Order: sequence, then structure tokens, then C-alpha cells
Amino acid sequence: MDLLEHQGKQFFSRYGLPVSPGFVARGVAEAREVADRLGYPVVVKAQVHIGGRGKAGGIRLARDADEVVAAADSILGMDIGGHTVGCVLVEEAASIAAEYYASFTLDRSAGLYLGILSARGGVDIESVAESDPGSIARTWVDPVDGLTEPETRRWVRAARLDDAAADELAEVLLSLYEAFVEGDADLVEINPLILTPEGRVRVLDAKVTLDDNSLFRHPEYRAYDATQPRDEREASAHALGLQYVGLDGTVGVIANGAGLAMSTVDVVAQAGGAAANFLDIGGGADVETMAAALRVINNDPAVKAIFINIFGGIVQGEVVAQGILDALDRVELRAPIVLRLDGTNADQGRAMVAPRLSDMLIMADSMSGGAALAVAIAGSR
Amino acid sequence: MSIWLDEHSRVVYQGLTGRAGRFHALRNRAYGTRVVAGTNPSKAGASVEGIPVFATVGDAVEATGADVSCVFVPAPYVRSAVMEAAGGGVTLVVVITEGVPAKDEAWLCGKLRRDHPEVRVIGPNCPGLISPGRANVGITAGDIALPGGPVGLVSRSGTLTYQALYELKQAGIGVTTCVGIGGDPVPGTSFTDCLAAFEDDPDTRAVMMIGEIGGSAEEEAAAFIAEHMTKPVVAYIAGITAPPGKKMGHAGAIVSGGKGTAAAKIETLSAAGVRVGESPSEAGRLMVEVVAGL
Repeated sequence: MDLLEHQGKQFFSRYGLPVSPGFVARGVAEAREVADRLGYPVVVKAQVHIGGRGKAGGIRLARDADEVVAAADSILGMDIGGHTVGCVLVEEAASIAAEYYASFTLDRSAGLYLGILSARGGVDIESVAESDPGSIARTWVDPVDGLTEPETRRWVRAARLDDAAADELAEVLLSLYEAFVEGDADLVEINPLILTPEGRVRVLDAKVTLDDNSLFRHPEYRAYDATQPRDEREASAHALGLQYVGLDGTVGVIANGAGLAMSTVDVVAQAGGAAANFLDIGGGADVETMAAALRVINNDPAVKAIFINIFGGIVQGEVVAQGILDALDRVELRAPIVLRLDGTNADQGRAMVAPRLSDMLIMADSMSGGAALAVAIAGSR
Repeated sequence: MSIWLDEHSRVVYQGLTGRAGRFHALRNRAYGTRVVAGTNPSKAGASVEGIPVFATVGDAVEATGADVSCVFVPAPYVRSAVMEAAGGGVTLVVVITEGVPAKDEAWLCGKLRRDHPEVRVIGPNCPGLISPGRANVGITAGDIALPGGPVGLVSRSGTLTYQALYELKQAGIGVTTCVGIGGDPVPGTSFTDCLAAFEDDPDTRAVMMIGEIGGSAEEEAAAFIAEHMTKPVVAYIAGITAPPGKKMGHAGAIVSGGKGTAAAKIETLSAAGVRVGESPSEAGRLMVEVVAGL
């Protein structure tokens, strides 16, 4: 899950990283109140899950209360790349002498952690990597050994950052590594990591992605769930524990297993249609899951046909059939279902739905055949 | 022949006394797999339908000669379970459990590389592997795979693996071994590991590879194929229409920063001489052509 800047900074400060004092505000009056408490000047920053806030006018410097009111008023409710700004971070303004970049991620193919450090922060690191690859210093860390201090110092020297700040930078990078590992993050990124005119190092922005699989070690991360960017459909599917991603088409897709669900979305596109969603009911889905999935899809007004593509493995054919039959009894279908059912106990499942087949529940004999049929139905309605 | 698993493999199930472990161990045994033991630290001496339960993998290996472990323990215990298996003397550890943190996977990868280079891990978050007609370790329904060869199959996705096995069976094509490597960011075994093993297996004469968006495992496989494979490879990549920045069910299946797209993977594989199908059934048809030409 992705953290907003203020959540990321709170996360960082738990590991001793130097973040500026600041508060979150959801309204203009609150923004002014916290700014008064901090003292001027302050920076008012839109809290959204997307980059390019500065260019969109979502970050403004305010030298007094009137400017804070004006800034908060214009930023709150603003649309940045399709994300509506619900709150702002009001933060003590910092003077900047230099802007650096620092991050840790996982290098999947090497099975090592990858640290990236650059003297050219404050801009998109991908474009720096292309235009000026020499300004980027990478270090690979063995997860078993961890990051050592001498290694960190060598890394800082390789990035050619300000020598006078080398000690403090090394300390910050070691803390960032600790946050990355102990905090079970997929990504920790500081851009920019700044040097003040006094030679102090500060975290000016925070981008943090946490590993969803680490919740058993960090139950407190559940609090971040509420601020994940989800559309209405995604939110209701998520509440039912379904793996759902909203898309723009008219064919509702339900499949078991992530790969098969992705493939089903692709095959619908190849048949000339477009899927309304990706929905994986999982390897061990039961009757309830199947019925819940069908309810979510049926509630989406964009859906004109529903394609259920199940290859029974652990999920057995009769369970899928029972889920569909249960849902048929409970909800009024707004779009016809095309069902493809193969694998474990598929025959039993097909026999169970056979008496209910109609123009609202149609059996397909293959994945591509089912996709073509669902696309044709969606196109005709 | 087959790779890594055959009728002589002796398998111990870590988590045999749990619901999923018991169900699949018994199913694997019914398929013909030599299921010799289970483990549970607090139930040593018990048995599950005649399968003896030991406290540790080490004890099971000593008493039964087990050389493969299949892990069904919950995600928080996977790291210690795999280390126990490696230290206990098995050489193949198949981890079915999903939801393992990436940090645990990366740590295991480093630790095994250093302390137990002889141990191969498959998974986590995978359906396991099956050498049809010989042995089945994991959760694949055995009857959807035709024994015999000449095709070796490797896949990042569970149900798509079944779909691929089914396509091959419909076409009357047998499989030497099918390996589900799992959809997590740091799998114990990569496409490249599987391709190398299939290249060395005399009975495997063609390989089918099922990939998906995210990471660069398919690109690395393409480089290996171009340089080292003499056997034909057919591929299918899921997620052509997946939107960037969205995790498509698997922890590893995400297009981020323009990297890991299906289009790029298909292009790289095609350039390496791989025939790429647009759908699982097209990949099946391509494999029929390849097998006919062998």
C-alpha cells in the first residue's frame, strides 16, 4: 500500500529520519491554526497519491496567515491527475542549499536490495538516469548482511555529495535502510533530500510503499488502508475481501487466480471488447466469495455482460455453481452471465446450473469462446 | 525423464496436520507420490492416515529418507520452515503458502545461496510441481496433465498453469514436468533455472513458458534462450491490457515506471526466437505445431 507524504514522514520519523515539523489540515481554518502554531514561513502541500503536485499548483509557500488561507483554499478540493485533494500538509519551510535523491527498493532478479543516491534531486530520477547516468550512485545490499557503515560512506563518496555533510548523510541513509527493512517497505524514496545553508540534512518529501504481506508483523498498517486510492467499485470489492481492479469497459470479469483473471481481461480485449474490471476470487474461493463477486460486478452500471471464467483446481466446480445459483436467488441480474467452467468437478458444476440456463445464464465451452460471446452480448445491449 | 521430481522422490509435508496440508498431501499420495512423512513440532509420534508425523524435517529425513519438502505452514512461519528444511537435509523445498513478505523471501534467497547452495526452493505462492504419471507435489489437479512429454512447462501463475496443461492435454500433448514458480517478487526458482534444467533433460524436447507483467524475469529468460537453448520455446504472457501502477492480484504482477509491461516482454521473447501466443489457446496451438515438427 502507498502512503501519502505526511504518512510517509511519520513513518520515517519513527526511524529517526530528520523530517520538518508539520501538521495535516483538512480545512482552511485548521490550516491557518496549525501554521500559526508552527510559525512562518510555511509550505502548504496537497496530499495525493500521485506525482507532479508542484506543477499542478499543489505546493505553495506562505509567509503569513493570509497566504496560508489563500493557499489552503486553492489547494483543498483541487483535482491533481484525477485525484481530489482531501487534506494538506502544513510544514515549516526550509531553506535549500542542495537537493539530493535517495531510495531503497528490491532488485528482484538479483535478490538483493538496491540503494540509489544522486546529487541531482528534486527532479524525476528516471530522466536523470537517462540524461546523466554518471550522477547516480547505486549500491546493492545483501539482505543477510545488511547495510554497513563503511559501505554507506563509500556510497556517499561515490555519489559526490557535499563532503561537509558526509557524516550526517551516512547516518540518514542508514536510518532510511532501517526503515526500509524493519518497516517491510517495497519502496522508500526521499526526493528531495536537502542540505540546508547551515549544512543540515532534511527529508523534504517522502514516498513509501509498504508490503501488504507484512501486515501480520505491523498490524498498525491497517490504518493506512482507509487512505488508499480506490474508486467506489474498488472500495466495495475491497470491503468484501476481493482482489479487484476497476477498468473502463463493459464486460464484467470474474476468474479464479490472478494469472487467469489477467488473461481473461486480455482475451476479452482480443475478442474486440473491453473488460470493466479485473476480479480474482482466489484459489480457495467458497460459495460466499463467488456470490459476493457477482454482487459487486452486478452493481457496476457500466457492466453489460458478465464473463465468469473458472478453471477448477482447489476451487471445485460445484462450489462455483452453488455460488452462482445463490447469487441468482438473491440479486436481480442486470446483465447476462456467460459461464465457462473446466477443471476439478466441472461436470458436476455444469449439471447443477443446467436447469437454470436461459438468455441470462449461458454456458460457454471454452475461454476464448466465452469471451467472444460475452463481448457480443455486451455490444448488443 | 523429468526434472527435480520423479517416482523415487520421497516427500515430507511441513504443515501436514493443517487443513490444506492434509488435503493436498493425501491428494498427492493418491496420485502416486511417495508421501513419507509430515512435521509438526507438537505432534511428533502422531500419524495422518498412516503418514507418520515428526517434530522436525531433520527427524523425518533421518527416519524416512525424505529428500523433498512441501511447505503448507502459514506465511509468518515460512522463513523458519524453509531454513528447517534446508538444515534438515532435503534438497528440494516446494513452498505453496501465499502472503509471504518480500523481505523474508529476499533474506531466504541470500541465506540459502550462502549456507545451502545445494537446496532448491520453488515458490513461495506457487502451485508446486508435477511430473505427470510419476509424482505430484503441491496443489495442481493431477488429472489435467498428460504424462510422457515431450513438453516441459514453467509458469508464474497457478490457474494459468492449469489452463496451459489443459490446452496441451486437449491436443494430446504430454508433459515431462510442470513447474509453477509462483507470482511473488523473489521466487526461489526462476524461469531461467527451469529452462536450463529442461535444456539438460533428454526427454523434454520443447518448453512452454507462461509469464505475466512485472519484473524482468521473462526478459532474463529471453536472454538465456537466445544464448543457451537448443530446444524450441513457446510462450504466453498475461496482462497485455493491465493498467500501469495497479497490482494485478500477485504481489509481483505490477507495471511500474513503464517497466515490466507485457508488450516489452513479448517483444524481447520474440526477438530471442520464442513463439508467443496471444492467448493460452493460441499458445497451445503453437505448441501443437512445434511438437508436430520435432
